[in-house]
Amino acid sequence: MAVETGQSVTKAGGTQGAPGRAHRTGHKNPRTPGRLHRALATHWYAWSMVAPVVAVIGVIIGYPLARGVWLSFTDANEANVERTIGVNHIPATYEHVGLANYRAILSDGVFWDRLGWTVVWTVSCVALSFALGLALAVMLNRTFKGRTLYRTALVLPWAVPAFVSVFTWRLLFNERSGLFNELLTGAGFDGISWLNDPTWAKISVIAVNVWVGVPFMLIALLGGLQSIPGDLYEAAEMDGASPWQRFRHITLPGLRSVSSTVVLLSTIWTFNMFPVIFLLTRGGPGDATEILVTYAYRLSFVISPRDYSTSAAWGVLILLLLTLVTAAYRRALRKQGDTW
Amino acid sequence: MRRGIAATALVAALAMTASACGGDDDGRNGAGGGNGELSGTVTFWDTSNEAEKATYQALAERFEKEHPKVDVKYVNVPFGEANAKFKNAAGGNSGAPDVMRTEVAWVADFASIGYLAPLDGTAALDDASDYLPQAAASTKYEGKTYAVPQVIDTLALFYNKELLKKAGVPAPASVAELKTAATRIKEKTGATGLYLRGDDPYWFLPYLYGEGGDLVDEKNKTVTIDDEPGVKAYRILKDLVDSEAAITDASDGWNNMQNAFKSGKVAMMLNGPWAIEDVKAGARFKDPANLGVAPVPAGSAGQGSPQGGWNLSVYAGSKNLDASYAFVKYMSSAKVQQETTEKLSLLPTRTSVYEVPAVAENEMVRFFKPAVDKAVERPWIAQGNALFEPVRLQMANVLAGKTSPEKAASSTGDAYRKLLKDYK
Repeated sequence: MAVETGQSVTKAGGTQGAPGRAHRTGHKNPRTPGRLHRALATHWYAWSMVAPVVAVIGVIIGYPLARGVWLSFTDANEANVERTIGVNHIPATYEHVGLANYRAILSDGVFWDRLGWTVVWTVSCVALSFALGLALAVMLNRTFKGRTLYRTALVLPWAVPAFVSVFTWRLLFNERSGLFNELLTGAGFDGISWLNDPTWAKISVIAVNVWVGVPFMLIALLGGLQSIPGDLYEAAEMDGASPWQRFRHITLPGLRSVSSTVVLLSTIWTFNMFPVIFLLTRGGPGDATEILVTYAYRLSFVISPRDYSTSAAWGVLILLLLTLVTAAYRRALRKQGDTW
Repeated sequence: MRRGIAATALVAALAMTASACGGDDDGRNGAGGGNGELSGTVTFWDTSNEAEKATYQALAERFEKEHPKVDVKYVNVPFGEANAKFKNAAGGNSGAPDVMRTEVAWVADFASIGYLAPLDGTAALDDASDYLPQAAASTKYEGKTYAVPQVIDTLALFYNKELLKKAGVPAPASVAELKTAATRIKEKTGATGLYLRGDDPYWFLPYLYGEGGDLVDEKNKTVTIDDEPGVKAYRILKDLVDSEAAITDASDGWNNMQNAFKSGKVAMMLNGPWAIEDVKAGARFKDPANLGVAPVPAGSAGQGSPQGGWNLSVYAGSKNLDASYAFVKYMSSAKVQQETTEKLSLLPTRTSVYEVPAVAENEMVRFFKPAVDKAVERPWIAQGNALFEPVRLQMANVLAGKTSPEKAASSTGDAYRKLLKDYK
């Protein structure tokens, strides 16, 4: 990515930065400079503008990433990494173990269980929030009384901090004093163990995540809908297309570029959606709602001694999975003729 | 969904600010000049609960009167977060408190990672022979002392006298009696018999000990949870909940339990002295005499309840060790222990305090002291605290019907063998 940026800036510099270039190369350098030297000398301004960004990205993304990958090949944990605390100095005693962490993770049922549920969770959350978001966007994409009010109300879940809404849902779901069970028992039904029964807990976390995710879908798709020219619909109506046919042949293809982007983004976010699960059920009951990222968190922050190396290996695996999914998705889109 | 990321960042930022508030920048200028007078800041993380914290704060701040140049920074950290928060701060070398109220099972864990200052020969360890031996045992790791006992406790059966009287049943002495009593209570009063903590492994121990089992056998380096008593203990949990003698939750257990008991929706619960103040604030316990306390229900091998409590530990990286030692000495002094007993009915760890009439006559002390004397000591090993996580997981699986008690016990055993490399 840094390379791409550099190149584009270089090109820009090449066409526009004439005064600086003339000044630098023309007078002060009698011998022919090397390629790198020339590039630096010509586009020093562009390079110095890019440098802070590269440095910051290197520090906040590159270093942790590299360190995480490196840790995943060791057996480092809380007890054997080096540290000095006051009078205590503990030397580093961890070792390189090659691929042992990965082998252990992939041969353990825990990873595959968690992966299975993570896939179910991601697919159902994305599908439901996309469907709901699209339905609401279509409904809001016409003029009617109080449209602004509805839009505001529907965007509200996005405006509330996630932890506030999740805690509110948690109160609603409480088996003994929550509103949902009060309503159910009031209507003569049995209460439901929302967060205490594995199946219901799964349904509950999906419901909350869909609630949190719909506004984003709604806004993005509404924007997409508004960019579809109205005369297409008029023409279709003239030709006698039914509403469903218009939706299927005008709306959906018109939304293609927006929807492919939001689906991919939403897939990545949902796959890594830590707060909803952690704050609502802490991965419970037991480990029923634990997704890959909450389990990696558990390894490195909850259990004792904290297992840095296994957690790092989980992180690397998660990254690999997401990269694969993204690559496959882009490929599929390109095959369908999307220039994305 | 973008929000989610923002919220995570926010939570992280808050956590960092909060731990930074632990304050190590200002005034940590070490012990004062040559005149031996202490100065500087002592940050104290207290883990006492809502009902107790005001008392602890007042006690901690009183230390400043004796040492005017010392600034005590009192921070209440909820019990559930304290362990992780301390590890984050101590491991990152920033924001860790000088002194922390540490759960008995955490001491060996923290000490093994090098987070705690050894206290042998320091001012913190004052009149050590006065401590109850079982309380002192939890402060030692590999022959050194890493904490000072502050409070000792164990679990007991708390019951609502009024409800049991209405149902015409005595306080149950065994699990079998508990079940029959629960049925009677439901019939006669509509209240549920027992609140069973399904989300906290500490509450699992009485059922395990009651069957004559234990998590591990430290002496013989053997994992024992997957023996018959472990299976039976899981089975008892399931049976109590399935037979509707008990209700349980997989999360928010503490609040749900306290609310259910205080409002009279549940007639009994297992709990420790730390809950007494909170229970007395409940609607049904306006008259504290309504609160009955009995030994934990016995299993087939007798009554058994875990020894718990709190110690005071000093962070190895504290820049103000001398003042911290003095603060620890003060907080575990006979005088302070006596006050926490009088105000909060907590059990002292000094034998001398039990001789003070006000303590000796305290009804809760009278009950809990013999219980503590008989309580089962846990293995004070570095992994002692880590033994809980596999039990938590399996309790939830058993209660949800996902796993059989047999499978749960063997899974717990497998997890222990992974954790304890040299155990059989």
